[in-house]
Amino acid sequence: MNFGFSITPSSTINLDKVDRTMFEHLHEIEPDVYKCMACGSCSSTCPAGRFSGMSVRKVILALQRGREKEAAGMLKGCMLCGKCSMVCPRGINTRHLILSICRIYNKEQQ
Amino acid sequence: MKENIVIIGGGVAGLEAAARLIRLGYSPIIVEKQDHLGGHLAEWHCLFPDMTPASDITAHLVGEVSDANIFTSTEILFINHLKDSYNVMLSNGISIITKVILFTTGFRLFEASRKEEYGYGIYNQVITNRDLEHWFNTGEDARISSKPMEAVGFVHCVGSRDEKAGNAQCSKVCCITAVKQAIEMKKKFPEAMVYCFYMDLRMFGKKYEDFYISAQRDYGVRFIRGRVSEVSENIEGKVVVKAEDTLAGKPVRVTLDLLVLMAGMVCNPDSTKVASMISLQTDSDGFLKSKDNIMDITSSSRSGIFYAGACTGPKTVPETLAEARSAALDIHNFIESL
Repeated sequence: MNFGFSITPSSTINLDKVDRTMFEHLHEIEPDVYKCMACGSCSSTCPAGRFSGMSVRKVILALQRGREKEAAGMLKGCMLCGKCSMVCPRGINTRHLILSICRIYNKEQQ
Repeated sequence: MKENIVIIGGGVAGLEAAARLIRLGYSPIIVEKQDHLGGHLAEWHCLFPDMTPASDITAHLVGEVSDANIFTSTEILFINHLKDSYNVMLSNGISIITKVILFTTGFRLFEASRKEEYGYGIYNQVITNRDLEHWFNTGEDARISSKPMEAVGFVHCVGSRDEKAGNAQCSKVCCITAVKQAIEMKKKFPEAMVYCFYMDLRMFGKKYEDFYISAQRDYGVRFIRGRVSEVSENIEGKVVVKAEDTLAGKPVRVTLDLLVLMAGMVCNPDSTKVASMISLQTDSDGFLKSKDNIMDITSSSRSGIFYAGACTGPKTVPETLAEARSAALDIHNFIESL
């Protein structure tokens, strides 16, 4: 039946339902992942970001909010050039972090 | 020296100014409304950024003024402006003729129940920053259960940066206080998730940024940028908090065992009341108006009337101490010039 409108699923992030196991595993290997203050330096310097939607800031946030698929989609655009590591004011080794994310989250998916 | 000096308020500013004036050879008179000295500090547990016990600082400040004349549980009934002095009438029947009055009347904590959407006074799981300090100190609060907590939230800027609540100003200390209290909660309940809902984090002071980094890295406190819009209770007796995660651009909800509201600083109505007796002005932010907000914060527009501490705006303890010392020196210079 067509009512002339449709409803999209809720976009609300429910923090109660986020499974934090993988993120905590990531945190053990990359303690600095907690230090991100979402300044966006990494995203603005990323040469791939404007074409592929890659953003380290958004990847960290998505993982914290339990949106692993979103993060994986963005990470596909990363060329591992490491420019983001140079600009991070909190000194997070973002390139290393990206590799760790890929390793941990890939392993979990297998 | 025989010149009378009346200090209105026995909190951090009043005590420190009195101590400095005693060292300069004066005998100041402290008038305090409460039955004890120390002001808000007396109710606090520990202070950022080194977790200094507040009781140590209060005890030190009170110890330094043992030679002062102190009237506790005493209020100012009225102040008359005489030709070149003031007549201060106290509620205990004593009247003092003085050429110098120092206002150290401080601030009052914003009445959190006015932000009804946060549910303070409605839900037992919602408390203020002051309630939490009291609980840290005494371990007693009928609203807080003894069971380990799984999730705790802090709401920044409650009654600060809020034009609708009549307080457009930033209360300055709540950001860092929330970080401090979040760390303390994490120490008590290492397994708990601790969230801070903020609009901006204003880490302006010495070592504040380090403290913030430590809260993130060492304690795993989660900072969510977005102001809490509403709080409701669920069937299990927990509170459900709704906010916008403005960094993700999506609404966020979370269930908490305890929600702490970081109530801000507003001008103490008592200080405005006393100030109006000698027609001292208030500034556009509602706090007492200094002669000049850069060059002369501790002076009023009237000769012989001085200010120190949070009566002229939100301040940290070290800032208040520095201002009290500065006011003591100003008073000394003023008396010398008489």
